[in-house]
Amino acid sequence: MNAEIRPVKTAAEIGFADLFAAVRQSLPGGRDIEAVRRDAFDRFVAQGLPNSRVEAWKYTDLRRLVRDAKALAPRPDADAWTAARNAGAVFAGLDLRRLLIVDGAFVPELSDLAGLESGVRIRATAEALSADEMVLPLEMAGTDPAAALNTALAADGVVITVAADVAVERAIHLVFVTTGTVPAAMFTRSRLELGSAAALTLVETHEGPDQSDYQVNAALQINIADKARLDHIKITGEGTAALHIATLEASIGAGADYREFGFAAGGAVVRNQIFLKVAGEGTTASVHQASLLSGRQHADTTLVLDHVAAGSQSREVFKAVVDDEARAVFQGRITVRPGAQQTDARMMARALLLSDEAVANCKPELEIFADDVQCGHGTTTGALDDQLKFYLMARGIPEREAEALLIQAFIGEVIDAVVREDLREALSRAMFAWLKGRE
Amino acid sequence: MTALLEIRGLKAEIDGRQILNGLDLTVNKGEIHAIMGPNGAGKSTLSYVLSGKPGYEITGGEVLFNGEDLLAMDPDERAAKGLFLAFQYPLEIPGVATLTFLRTALNAQRRKRGEEELSSPDVLKRVRELAKQLNIDPEMLKRPLNVGFSGGEKKRNETLQMALLEPKLCVLDETDSGLDIDALRIVADGVNRLRASDRGMIVITHYQRLLDYIVPDVVHVLSAGRIVKTGGKELALELEATGYAQYQNEAA
Repeated sequence: MNAEIRPVKTAAEIGFADLFAAVRQSLPGGRDIEAVRRDAFDRFVAQGLPNSRVEAWKYTDLRRLVRDAKALAPRPDADAWTAARNAGAVFAGLDLRRLLIVDGAFVPELSDLAGLESGVRIRATAEALSADEMVLPLEMAGTDPAAALNTALAADGVVITVAADVAVERAIHLVFVTTGTVPAAMFTRSRLELGSAAALTLVETHEGPDQSDYQVNAALQINIADKARLDHIKITGEGTAALHIATLEASIGAGADYREFGFAAGGAVVRNQIFLKVAGEGTTASVHQASLLSGRQHADTTLVLDHVAAGSQSREVFKAVVDDEARAVFQGRITVRPGAQQTDARMMARALLLSDEAVANCKPELEIFADDVQCGHGTTTGALDDQLKFYLMARGIPEREAEALLIQAFIGEVIDAVVREDLREALSRAMFAWLKGRE
Repeated sequence: MTALLEIRGLKAEIDGRQILNGLDLTVNKGEIHAIMGPNGAGKSTLSYVLSGKPGYEITGGEVLFNGEDLLAMDPDERAAKGLFLAFQYPLEIPGVATLTFLRTALNAQRRKRGEEELSSPDVLKRVRELAKQLNIDPEMLKRPLNVGFSGGEKKRNETLQMALLEPKLCVLDETDSGLDIDALRIVADGVNRLRASDRGMIVITHYQRLLDYIVPDVVHVLSAGRIVKTGGKELALELEATGYAQYQNEAA
């Protein structure tokens, strides 16, 4: 008997191996890129799907939550185009440059590519890969098994570059949409290069049909050069049975201003993992997240923030409203490297539980290797304040409406972090829609 | 004629402690009743039981509001029927703008009564007029409800709510606490403007001072959970001179 204990591979792990073997020849990119994919897949195989014994995935056990590997979605046909045309309706009526990624493939014909500002370039990731550009390797998330799977299997997405000193007036909206009734898998990789002193607002929405247990594994890699400014707003919509795993990696230069905002209300199992590196001095970075969960939803937001350079400031506020038997997970780790003196970093996680079965897991961590810093974190978990509710009811506001008002106030604080008023209003509408669903 | 409010033999406890001990009180339309009493007599409990605050257990008696069983109603229903409690300590609600709160409350009540809801501009217009009367800075209406308001501002805001919602019965719980004399005058003027032949008021207070400004028709002394003496407005002055000691002994 062999004394070494090897975990039995799950059906999903075997499925991913079969999938990779079947499609790797046909994925875009030459030999070098194929080698990157193979390396990444080996890293995935070595670790397998993460389970609860893996610290970074402590509360989101993919071995349990991912039952099978789906086939890659077919290239979108005419029906898919039709279904996708009105996607991203959360921001309908706003003048955003819409780029459609349908069933994992960038569709230029459905995208608004007219009148691109000079200095802005938009391409399909598949095109960059076919030209053997090394757009796949991840810097910070490389060893993460879900991110490794993305590197191995990503076929398309969007690559955006903004030249130095270009302030892009029109915000770009990445519209990710899943169509069709046969549940499939979509691995997308997108990339944003923001030149020095450039400025951009990037909006991202994800959606798909309800009841279909399709799988999305989306990764976005961002390079923010010195003095650049980026507002990134992501809405995780998705259908009621979907699995959504997203990896965001951003390297932030000196004197830059980066504001990350997440709104998660859809999907059955959602993991948003964010890896940030404050690489330059005098940078401000913030991450705000609002999660609104009900039913048996599971949404995990995991942040790894690395302060490498001195004199930077970071602010993180995570808020979750959890109803029914849903679960919100927040993990945040801030590391302050020895050279990152005068770092000012603050992280706060608050969960509002609306039912006795609702769960919130919060795990904030600070690792500080510099001696002249200001860092802090806090978490709170609790129910709605009965005193406040009574005050509202005593003025004639019915119980559900009183609760809605208090939830709105709770989430409103993070939505207020979005700078653009029209986007803020759209996010408020998304919040109202969720509250309406509770009535 | 049906009394506006009729309390008969009301007994209530919280956490197993009996606070109200068979309280009787009748308030007719157009009357202002003052309820005075020492600390711990049950003054605030009475206001909370009337408005339906959770946590109190009614162990006896009944309360009729315009002939209807008040205690069977949820707090929002009581408010829509015309009961208003001006809180001793108004709560701060971060993230809810004062004006949003006022509009939501007014329209929720109107909806429940089967009346048409008012548009935002209409609500704003009414609120602005009332705010002016109460010397409330219109900017304050944009701020989160009571957050960072001074004691005086909070009480003026309560009075504003009361004026906007036009209740049938106003219960003022220690409205004078934490107010300087100028603020007290503004609030009292606001309350006096609401005096009407179809409206009743219960003014709960520890001190006589407030009753110089809001002159009551009837004064009651509450001690150990029941009314132990009832008289005219001169009773308040008498209490100011003699204190509550005799009534505490009597109740014991």
